[in-house]
Amino acid sequence: MSDSTVTDTPDIDPTGTTGAPESDHTEIPPGYDDGEDHIGFEHHHTATGLSNTKLAMWLFLGSECLLFGGLISTYMLYRNRQADQLGPDQLWDIPFTSATSFVLLMSSLTMVMSVSAAKRKDERGTRLWLTVTALLGGLFLAGQVYEFTVFYREGLGYTTSLFSSSFFTLTGFHGVHVGVGIIMLLSLVAMLARNRIIGDKAETVEMIGLYWHFVDVVWIVIFTLVYLVPA
Amino acid sequence: MAIIERPTDTPAIAGAAAPAVTPSTSYGAFRRPVETTGWKSWVFTVDHKKIGIMYGVAAMVFFFVGGFEALLIRAQLAQADGTILSAEKYNQMFTMHATTMVFLFAMPMASAFANYMMPLQIGARDVAFPRLNALSLWLFIFGGIFINTSWILGGAADGGWFMYAPNSSVPFSPTNGVDFWVLGILITGVASQVGAINLIVTALNMRAPGMKLMRMPIFTWMALVVQFLLLFAIPVITVALFLLMFQRNFGATFFSVEDGADPLLWQHLFWLFGHPEVYILVLPAFGVISEVLPTFSRKPLFGYPFVVFSGAAIGFVGFGVWAHHMFAAGLGPVSVAVFSVATMAIAVPTGVKIINWTMTMWGGKLWFSTAMLFAVGLIIQFTIGGLSGVTHAVAPSDTQQTDTYYIVAHFHYVLFGGAVLGLFSGIYYWWPKVFGKMLNETWGRWNFWFMIIGMNLTFGPMHILGLQGQPRRMYIWTENRAGEGFFDLAFWNLVSSIGAFVLGIGAFLFVINVWVSRKNPPAPADPWDARSLEWITTSPPREYNFARIPTVHTLDEFFHRKYEDVGEGDAHDYRKVATGEEVIAFEEQHGDHHIHLPSPSYWPIVLAFAFPVLAYGVIYSTLLLVAGAAIAVLALFGFALEPPTADESEYDPPPPDGDQPSKELAVSV
Repeated sequence: MSDSTVTDTPDIDPTGTTGAPESDHTEIPPGYDDGEDHIGFEHHHTATGLSNTKLAMWLFLGSECLLFGGLISTYMLYRNRQADQLGPDQLWDIPFTSATSFVLLMSSLTMVMSVSAAKRKDERGTRLWLTVTALLGGLFLAGQVYEFTVFYREGLGYTTSLFSSSFFTLTGFHGVHVGVGIIMLLSLVAMLARNRIIGDKAETVEMIGLYWHFVDVVWIVIFTLVYLVPA
Repeated sequence: MAIIERPTDTPAIAGAAAPAVTPSTSYGAFRRPVETTGWKSWVFTVDHKKIGIMYGVAAMVFFFVGGFEALLIRAQLAQADGTILSAEKYNQMFTMHATTMVFLFAMPMASAFANYMMPLQIGARDVAFPRLNALSLWLFIFGGIFINTSWILGGAADGGWFMYAPNSSVPFSPTNGVDFWVLGILITGVASQVGAINLIVTALNMRAPGMKLMRMPIFTWMALVVQFLLLFAIPVITVALFLLMFQRNFGATFFSVEDGADPLLWQHLFWLFGHPEVYILVLPAFGVISEVLPTFSRKPLFGYPFVVFSGAAIGFVGFGVWAHHMFAAGLGPVSVAVFSVATMAIAVPTGVKIINWTMTMWGGKLWFSTAMLFAVGLIIQFTIGGLSGVTHAVAPSDTQQTDTYYIVAHFHYVLFGGAVLGLFSGIYYWWPKVFGKMLNETWGRWNFWFMIIGMNLTFGPMHILGLQGQPRRMYIWTENRAGEGFFDLAFWNLVSSIGAFVLGIGAFLFVINVWVSRKNPPAPADPWDARSLEWITTSPPREYNFARIPTVHTLDEFFHRKYEDVGEGDAHDYRKVATGEEVIAFEEQHGDHHIHLPSPSYWPIVLAFAFPVLAYGVIYSTLLLVAGAAIAVLALFGFALEPPTADESEYDPPPPDGDQPSKELAVSV
């Protein structure tokens, strides 16, 4: 997401790009008017006002909705197709999962703290809150691994039933997303520390934040549909 | 980062201190590639034009691969009880023919045009994310090669391009073919996904001053709609492919009916992707001919907003008609009725487009160049395919036609008659833009007529064969099923096979044309008296596309710079007041002095290379999986840490005497 765009280089000759009438204005061929309706366009501004990277992140998250939509639909289709009476009623430990969900939701709060610190150019605060966010994410993942282990001990393997396959696939995909998010957060901390961020630091933090919030929101949907709604 | 210095008489440039050129390794393990010629300048490029050309060349190669597979199929079916292919090979052949044509020819060819033309048409110097663009290209190429290596590694996929599960699960398809297919389509899917995000951002964010959305050239509009379709359709097929992969490789039972699975799950997921995919294939071609028809009719596009909005409407409704592929699956009367009506509804925006094209030609001064011939061919052939499509929308009639050659006839009329003819129209139209030379028009006409006659001979008889009940995907047909007289299966199968070879010759004539035209003199800057922004620069465009970013005042900007309206009141009377060359020369005169372009990079191709390694790992060994993952992680960090802006010292020094341009793509570090 750090590609340079050819337009945001500040030292492009402004007179050449805004088409301002020049002294040799008589040479303008007929049929070419000198363009009065582009006032307010700055060359390095994007046409929508959103930066390229932020727009790209929004689009990516939009398509991710369809990915999780497909996985959630598959789970909803198969949630009652269990083997040996091993289903949600026997397995779910709602208080435990609620606690890990709470941890994940709190990580969104710390992410907001980090974005806010980045906007204030408080580098130390940014790194601190990013680290806390990554830790909370790690805690959530640890909870998920623990939960999977418990289910496995109780006899729910990946291939036990359609219910188990679709459950592990859905929550596994979400877990991988959290894992990728943690790697991005920690990389971001390291890159901030070594001053290797390309472009606007605050915006980079904000973008990782967008991804992180998305992963949290998806978990709210999964937690509701998978754990809370009775089968 | 490369900096391009253009000749200038501004002393400020000439007088600047010339720093030493020291390629820097400070940001990574490798020096950035700096070559401006030779294979390295292509392999590591991030220039959207070179990437577009490579997309086109690779797609063309796959077009001939897929065409060869089609010829084998038709040779097998030319006579009763054909012996050229075994049943297994025949299954692999039709599966790979469709897969190759859809995923490895039509989609990348459309990407070639979108990559090359979209930045030019909106007045940008490159796409929003040049390195991601290169990543898309190499993912597509590696994915395509990966799928095709299955031919020599135990046989290709054999489940049809829709790969219906459970028919594609291990008991029914025990070779690795389906695994290759699944993983290959995942890889090309990543390519499409990355490309879609990139091109949407480009079209929305990087428009030149004054290029409002409703001034965007129509091809860019259609390409934009297609990218949105890809953005939302690819994740759905990704889910289906992952489920199938987990079923085949890790013992899950998502599609095993004996374990209680729903056999319709795959069909729903696949067609929720598969139907938008149809519009992904055909809308770029619609965009191309919506540029070609006005140019060669000497009239503006009739009802530009209608063409734009009907394209967008096709995009929206395209997500709501997928179950019409499943009328025979037993969905129940309500679903069938709803999807039947929705399918009829989608014919409306398509019909709107046909009317717009016809009205564009109506009363115009028609110039039947090869590009125009292909465009007019599209209108006629696509309409035939559209009409047979409406017969499928009627569910009872569809139940008769399902899995017969009638369906094959229909989708070849819309895909060959729609997508392929449109793409060839674009090739002839933009060839002088891309390569600075014209294609030979005489050979072009032979190319066109062979293809159009060939396609009608091939696919026309399939209507009759299908209504007579010849099933699709059967590797032989037998004499005792052949009908009499007009309904003689033997006769029409033979006609269809002969037609396929005529079509093959027609496609080959294109290659001959490219060869014959290779030494043509430079094309004029504006050979077709064109209308849109991509022509306001030299042909072929230089790395930086435009000497200066053009300011846009109207739809058909280039036309309005060349022609002045001297009509009184409401009457329009356009007089030519400037040639294309003059308009371009004026832009060149006022060019920017500094143009910064992103410099080439190793990381896109390295990252893309990790994907087939991972995919072979899934099939063959965990060791390869680990290796692929290691390459991917390394490449991702290399990608992320690579700076877009280099130090002053990494730029090419300005020429000492101030009036000699330095090498155009100078030092990039």
